[in-house]
Amino acid sequence: MSNINPNRLFEPSLVKEALKQSFIKLKPRIMVKNPVMFTVYIGTIIMLAVCCWIMSGERSQGTLGYNFLIFFILLVTVLFANFAEAIAEARGKAQAESLRKTREDTPAKKIFPVGEIYMNEIKTIPSSQLRKGDVFICEAGDTIPMDGEIIQGLATIDESAITGESAPVIREAGGDKSSVTGGTKVLSDKIRVRVTTEPGESFLDKMIALVEGASRQKTPNEIALTILLASFTIIFLIVCVTLKPFADYAGTPITIAAFISLFVCLIPTTIGGLLSAIGIAGMDRALRANVITKSGKAVETAGDLDTLLLDKTGTITIGNRKATHFYPSGGVEESAFIESCILASLADETPEGKSIVELGTSVGVKGPAVQVENTKFIPFTAETRSSGVDIDGTSIRKGAFDAISRCVLKAGNSFPADTEEQVRIISSNGGTPLVVSRDEKVLGVIELHDIIKPGISERFQRLRKMGVKTVMVTGDNPLTAKFIAQKAGVDDFIAEAKPEDKMNYIRKEQTGGKLVAMMGDGTNDAPALAQADVGVAMNSGTQAAKEAGNMVDLDNDPTKLIEIVEIGKQLLMTRGTLTTFSIANDVAKYFAIVPALFITTIPALKALNIMDLKSPESAILSAVIFNAIIIPILIPLALRGVTYRPIGAGALLRRNLLIYGLGGIIAPFIGIKLIDMLLALFM
Amino acid sequence: MNTEILGIIASFLITILLAFPLGKYIARVFSGEKTFTDFLNPFERRIFRWCHVDPAKGMNWKEFLKAMLTINLLWLVYAFVLLLFQGHLPLNPDGNPDMTPDLTFNTAISFLVNCNLQDYSGETGVTYLTQLFVITFLQFVSAATGIACLIALFNGLKQKTTTNLGNFWVIFTKTITRILLPLCLIMAVLLAFNGTPTSFDGKDTITTLQGDTVQVSRGPAAGMIAIKHLGTNGGGWFGANSAHPLENPNYFTNMLEIVSQTLIPVALLFAMGWYIRRKKFAYIVFGIMTVGMLVLLIPTVISEVHGNPEISRLGVSQATGAMEGKEVRIGPAASGYWSIITTIISTGSVNSMHDSSMPVSGLMQMLGMLINAFYGGDGVGFLNYYIYIIIAVFISGLMVGRTPEFMGHKVEAREVKIAALVTLLSAFVVKGFTALAAYYFVHHPNADWAVKPSGWLNNPGYHGFSEMLYQYTSCNANNGSGFEGLADNNPFWNITAGLALLAGRYLPMIGPVAIGGLLAGKKYIPESSGTLKVDSFTFGIMTFAVIIIITALSYFPPLILGPVAEYFSMH
Repeated sequence: MSNINPNRLFEPSLVKEALKQSFIKLKPRIMVKNPVMFTVYIGTIIMLAVCCWIMSGERSQGTLGYNFLIFFILLVTVLFANFAEAIAEARGKAQAESLRKTREDTPAKKIFPVGEIYMNEIKTIPSSQLRKGDVFICEAGDTIPMDGEIIQGLATIDESAITGESAPVIREAGGDKSSVTGGTKVLSDKIRVRVTTEPGESFLDKMIALVEGASRQKTPNEIALTILLASFTIIFLIVCVTLKPFADYAGTPITIAAFISLFVCLIPTTIGGLLSAIGIAGMDRALRANVITKSGKAVETAGDLDTLLLDKTGTITIGNRKATHFYPSGGVEESAFIESCILASLADETPEGKSIVELGTSVGVKGPAVQVENTKFIPFTAETRSSGVDIDGTSIRKGAFDAISRCVLKAGNSFPADTEEQVRIISSNGGTPLVVSRDEKVLGVIELHDIIKPGISERFQRLRKMGVKTVMVTGDNPLTAKFIAQKAGVDDFIAEAKPEDKMNYIRKEQTGGKLVAMMGDGTNDAPALAQADVGVAMNSGTQAAKEAGNMVDLDNDPTKLIEIVEIGKQLLMTRGTLTTFSIANDVAKYFAIVPALFITTIPALKALNIMDLKSPESAILSAVIFNAIIIPILIPLALRGVTYRPIGAGALLRRNLLIYGLGGIIAPFIGIKLIDMLLALFM
Repeated sequence: MNTEILGIIASFLITILLAFPLGKYIARVFSGEKTFTDFLNPFERRIFRWCHVDPAKGMNWKEFLKAMLTINLLWLVYAFVLLLFQGHLPLNPDGNPDMTPDLTFNTAISFLVNCNLQDYSGETGVTYLTQLFVITFLQFVSAATGIACLIALFNGLKQKTTTNLGNFWVIFTKTITRILLPLCLIMAVLLAFNGTPTSFDGKDTITTLQGDTVQVSRGPAAGMIAIKHLGTNGGGWFGANSAHPLENPNYFTNMLEIVSQTLIPVALLFAMGWYIRRKKFAYIVFGIMTVGMLVLLIPTVISEVHGNPEISRLGVSQATGAMEGKEVRIGPAASGYWSIITTIISTGSVNSMHDSSMPVSGLMQMLGMLINAFYGGDGVGFLNYYIYIIIAVFISGLMVGRTPEFMGHKVEAREVKIAALVTLLSAFVVKGFTALAAYYFVHHPNADWAVKPSGWLNNPGYHGFSEMLYQYTSCNANNGSGFEGLADNNPFWNITAGLALLAGRYLPMIGPVAIGGLLAGKKYIPESSGTLKVDSFTFGIMTFAVIIIITALSYFPPLILGPVAEYFSMH
């Protein structure tokens, strides 16, 4: 199982398993779940009975060979349909297994609380014995045995086993980055983890169960489609049953084999056989994108999304703001200004602070040596809204314009006009100005900017074409937010956002009838994740967030929503196009079978034999064979999904109607004719 | 020959020219806007007060359908009783007898459901009392019932989210007072001035040119003939329907009658555009229906004008086209046009004998009834089209990668189930009953019945099969025209046809109203660029394809064994 190539559709080991499953699925109890194929199944049994009848001497039904051939093709049709479902299941299962395998039977260092006095004993047990609520320890080099939440400590963790991302991530107790996933590896430090799931109940386990079929439930859309297909089946049942008295009227005897062949050809076996494979493949595709879906419905809903809520940081912009420019005030030497900037940021561990030091050193200014005794670092507080350093009685501060200007004016100094102008320019360009002062005198201003991820605006463009509105959520002030929103090409933004703002926005959109998706990781995101129609929790997020959402993204990649939308749309499109194809096929099948049935008694109907099929028997056989082999031919399409193109609904419908509607009418004419020519060589 | 084609084009253009303002007027009536018929307000208010109807009270789809079905049941009982005892009731100058129970069953249902299949002949089968107070009465109320159900559907489409589909009694009453009565008044006067009888006198006697005397039936016919067309009913005063010289005296009345039967179905489409404020959608629907009509009409007119190849083979010239079963004053082209209009619109009145139509025409007539949604009957036409729309929306919604929605409401399992049931039912009724008839004809030809099955068909072979198929198709479509030549006034046909009539009427009305009510009650989803536009040409084509494919696939074998086999055997 380990060297399975996930991109190969028909991996030999999976095909073998699927072939076995296709026979196991012949149990009536399983067959009855798919009404269309169940009728074919019954047809097969009837044909078997007819074969027996002929062997016992009946002469009205044609030769045994011919009847047996029909029986055999029908059986193969059923097996093909079972195979389609089985291969989809096998692929989904293999994908999930390969993820799950990593976490099985890893040794776990479980902490046993001993006695009343809290003296704990650590024992190594297999991970399969861990229960929810147990606590275990992981040190550098250990593989985390199970999903859990860090309750103590901080560690760098290599999550490449699950996400494929090689850069290690930091996880720590408390806050939103406390969750660890089984199968990942601790690289440094030591953490104490509480198990959050029972064995067999992790998201992966749930997903595997969904794929396996035991707990797979039909989605609402699948149910509706099944109803439509079942009614088509009944319509064709009526066609075939009433054909008997009609044929009697026309004085034409029709064999049972011909009736059953006509029926099986007309009912939508193509889509009926592939329907569950399409659904499973949808979840499988999500899994291949490293998204665990908790239900098939969530994937389907994703195709309908109207609004996406995206956090600015990490999604639209890279990490945090970065310093991009130093603007000294008039009369201040640039290098001295930059030196002060670096000094003020030395102790600043925020990404902004680091980026100032980085930018300063990159333009060639060295940070001055600092003696610790005389140096006092002043951290940022909400009260002063500035931070900096005191060296030998000199105070250097950097902070927001209004905070610094208040200090400067209070000390009786004036604020330089050129710097004030610069501050205004930076703000209006969507940047963040950071004013630097030395002893309450303004030195200049640092420009910080959000760096928009490359290629992100093209992705938003694509979403807009799909009809999905993007909303940026940010803590920035409205002015900055608006600038970035424009630059990145999002449709709307929520500025100065508090967690409840997200919730309110989602509610507002939903009352307008829209479907909203959001991505989140924090516990305070949980209510909004639950409220959203599609809530994607990051795997690095808290357990609460993961429970609240209906998908978990193993890559922690916020742009994943875009892929999820496409997967959802593909799923529905594959169903729609194959239904159309299946029904359109019937036209050719009628033209093959009906003239064949009546040509002996109504020679005038020869004109309807437009494919010029050789004999009535070969016509019927060709149609039934075509009907059977089209299922495996379309399995790759069902598994991969019909390609979605964001070209607008109208254009997409025209395109698919042309390919699958018109194509569905023409293809069987060609296919049946070719099979007939082939059969003519043997008959 | 060209004049004949021009006659068709003129009739069609006049229909549209009249339907446009009428549609606007209908929209205004039901929106409660000011119209010139508002002088009827006090009269209507009195009716509501007298009937204890609160016009302000809205109804949800279940209450609406309950009201509609209850009153229909009441009318059925009323019609049944009157027809059964008509011979003993007044206004019977010709002394016509009571109807037999099975014929009463068939006739009462037939007129109640706007079908007007007539297994009797107007001259001898009914009295003036039943003509007026059963037949004409039912022609009014059945048309108004269909329109009322359509307005209920419109009410659901008009609002973003609502459970109120309007008050059945109010819509029903206004349909009669504001639309049907005024139009009928005008038309009846025009007919009367062109020679249609309007008197209570009994049969008259005339002496023909050959010198023999003929008894000619008369009666207060003009009013009935007006509603027969305006209400897309189709049941004639006289047995020969609009082929009868007193029912359709000249080319002008022929045009008048064909325009009037198309008028309200087309006007209702335009009314929809104004009423639900989606004009483009209405025009697209109208366009698709018109294309559908042309697809059926053109082959029909061509085959009728070209005449019968069997007759040509005998060396007989057919300069005027296929004239068998047609009126000389009307001609094959206008007859062909009428035969298509009357079948697509569920009128079922005839000005030529469809039994004598060319096989292609017969095929097109049957297709018109099987589809039953190209314009369609008053109100019910769009209701039928709506079912096709739901199926088209479902499949095409999937094809563009969205769970299907129609006008801002998600189409889910329940709606699909209802739409599928309606589609299934017609396939079941038409083919099921035809199969039953074929079974008895083949296997029990000498059953000891009023008319032996072997005596049912005037024509053997494919044409005989078409006669049976046509009968049930006509019943299921609530059309009422017949491939005459079928001995249908006997218990087997009266009863099976009556059942087909009931099935073909009520489920296709309940279904769309229920779907409309269910959808309207759902959350409204605003359109986005990913939404499939239902008022686009592409979606129109999609609906058309669904109509053609579903009909073709459901009825391919019987149509092959009937008209198609006949056609190929002829050529």
